[in-house]
Amino acid sequence: MNRRTLLALAVGAALLASGCTGSKGSAKGADAEAPDDPAKVDGTITVLTHRTDLVQDGTMKKYAAEFNKTYPKVKVEFDGITDYEGEVKIRMNTENYGDVLMIPAVIEKKDYPKFFASLGGQAERSKKYRFTDYTAVGGKVYGQSPLGALPGFIYNKKVWREAGVTQWPTTPAEFLAGLKAIKSKTDAVPYYTNFKDGWPLSQWTGVRGSVSCDEQATTRWAEGNPWAEGGELRVADSLLYDIVHEGLVEKDPTTTNWEASKPKLAKGEIATMWLGSWAVIQMQGAAKQAGADPDDIGFMPFPAQKDGTFCAVTSPDYNQAVNVHSSHKGAARAWIDWFTDKSGYAEDNLALSPLKDAPLPDILKPYEEAGVKLLDLDDSKGAELKTIENQSEVGINKPDYRKELVDMARGARKGDPDDYLDGLGEKWTETQKSLGS
Amino acid sequence: MTGTTETAAVKAAAGAAVPAPAPAPRPARLWRGATPWLFLLAPLTLLIVFTYAPIANMVAYSFTDWDGVSPELNFTGAENYSELFTRPELFEVFWVSGYYLAASVVQIVAALYFATILSFDVRFRNLFKGVLFFPYLINGVAIGFVFLYFFQDGGTLDSVLSLLGVETDRAWLGTPESANTSLAGVSVWRYLGLNFVLFLGAIQSIPGELYEAAELDGANRWHQFRYIIAPGIKPVLSLTVILSISGSLSVFEIPYIMTGGATGTETFVIQTVKLAFQFNKTGLASAAALVLLLIVLAVTWVQRRLAPDDKVDLV
Repeated sequence: MNRRTLLALAVGAALLASGCTGSKGSAKGADAEAPDDPAKVDGTITVLTHRTDLVQDGTMKKYAAEFNKTYPKVKVEFDGITDYEGEVKIRMNTENYGDVLMIPAVIEKKDYPKFFASLGGQAERSKKYRFTDYTAVGGKVYGQSPLGALPGFIYNKKVWREAGVTQWPTTPAEFLAGLKAIKSKTDAVPYYTNFKDGWPLSQWTGVRGSVSCDEQATTRWAEGNPWAEGGELRVADSLLYDIVHEGLVEKDPTTTNWEASKPKLAKGEIATMWLGSWAVIQMQGAAKQAGADPDDIGFMPFPAQKDGTFCAVTSPDYNQAVNVHSSHKGAARAWIDWFTDKSGYAEDNLALSPLKDAPLPDILKPYEEAGVKLLDLDDSKGAELKTIENQSEVGINKPDYRKELVDMARGARKGDPDDYLDGLGEKWTETQKSLGS
Repeated sequence: MTGTTETAAVKAAAGAAVPAPAPAPRPARLWRGATPWLFLLAPLTLLIVFTYAPIANMVAYSFTDWDGVSPELNFTGAENYSELFTRPELFEVFWVSGYYLAASVVQIVAALYFATILSFDVRFRNLFKGVLFFPYLINGVAIGFVFLYFFQDGGTLDSVLSLLGVETDRAWLGTPESANTSLAGVSVWRYLGLNFVLFLGAIQSIPGELYEAAELDGANRWHQFRYIIAPGIKPVLSLTVILSISGSLSVFEIPYIMTGGATGTETFVIQTVKLAFQFNKTGLASAAALVLLLIVLAVTWVQRRLAPDDKVDLV
């Protein structure tokens, strides 16, 4: 054999070695049981988190110190990751992805038992906690969100008042009329799309359940066509189209800036944005920084009512889970339980508590007064929904199709919105058929 | 991985050295044979680990339905490829490359112009060289962010234009035509420096006495360019054209950062990234990436056939 053949063989061998990826064995079906005696739990656990801000400003350290009062022998370390989804997804190809982590959205529900240790049975956990549905596989729960949010419009109360709208609009038409009033009576941008950053557009998918006021909304989306006449996405996307089409948005959506939009809303230069209750604390922070009144930040539900009441859907944040390969599952579990029940993380973020019996945060007091019905969706078809979303490449949780819709509405793209939404529905139902559901 | 490569490479070296005729003592000969391989070990390892192995992995994934994270993957044969070729809309994005292709013509002409001028004795020529080359040194992501401010409503471009008395009220990234033109402009700004330096290097390697002789014969600057510089840099020119075409087909950074592929600025690579990381179709995306690689190779091959790389002989 000559030199060249040997070299080729060497390269070939190296390539083969790398080619055998995937299908590694996994410790499927482990449990992370809550330790009985807090004093005896020990070990060092690493918590992967997307809240880099809290890691940097020392807030997470304070939580850990508080945690150590109950569990003195556990050392908690934090690994704040900026590109959380992208990086953790790749790390999860190995066994080394921390002891506690937020379940990345990309992981399919059916794979949860391969990656995470179970936190217990759903029947039992759901008595105490919200959101158990979202991580339950085969009756076992694999994660727990430490806080919840409601999707809705963040608005500047002062601007809306100036425009003469004091009651929450109850239909999309009323909402549009409100935005028009803002445009004619104030200097504010009635609605800010955050088109460039994109993800605020994908938040519109949060209307799931708010229009129909149906706990089975997820199932209905997974089995039906959400863009059918009167379907929830049809209603929401049409509203978005109309808002843009009527020119009720910022002048140049292609160069929007999320960070800059926060103080603008706080100061009343922007009147409304569709986000969620999670954004309230950020807006109030921006208001304080900009010297505006944090109390001007308001929060309203989607303009749709069923039998005279608004409905708002509770949705989890990232769910915390225990790495199935962790060697300190007891300590990891202790952290999750403590963080969910006792840390005060949800209150600190003005968010909905994951505990069913906890009171609503202040920002949602108007919801209580207005009798808005809080809805916990049944997520048993959540995995199917995600599969259809990805297979059809429609991407209801991705900004792309709404970007096209906004482009169409402002005349940068040819097409009729009704045809476009019908097309999405068609793609959606065809995928359902091909998946055999 | 690394271990395999090393032992294999050493074996290869040893095997190659043995059958050679043997005047020197054995160990010395062995060392002499192994030396180049030892030097090559580091670059080869890096090359294999970070270039060929990932490509081999990608080829392997393109025959599976892997979602990019699940521990399970199934072999699906050529299904990804047949899906790719039965969905013509996936290839429509190549029209966007047309903008970049047109831009690269502008870019090459401009680079050639500047390189020619600055190869003669011009005042501040080193400063101008620096100015032209500088953008290429900036990270593409940073360029994306800078130009977002540049193009935004009331941003740098609008202010500069209003200083010149031109009041425009257009959203530069607002329509597909305008957005693609703007993005292609950014790409020209960025890569002009690279082409410029390549041309400049080639021009400066032309011996100085040729110009002198030409001047004695009464040739002006244009004649010098036409009959000395142009033929002298032909190989570099054809390399630049190849790089431009393959670059236009695989534009990614600038549009991805600036528009995320919205408003008709999606390129084939952005589409592939979205398939892989938004819709978790890593298998299909690998196939798409491989098809792009083959397209680029094919275009390059055609180009080499059309314009073969002749030896240049100026004298």
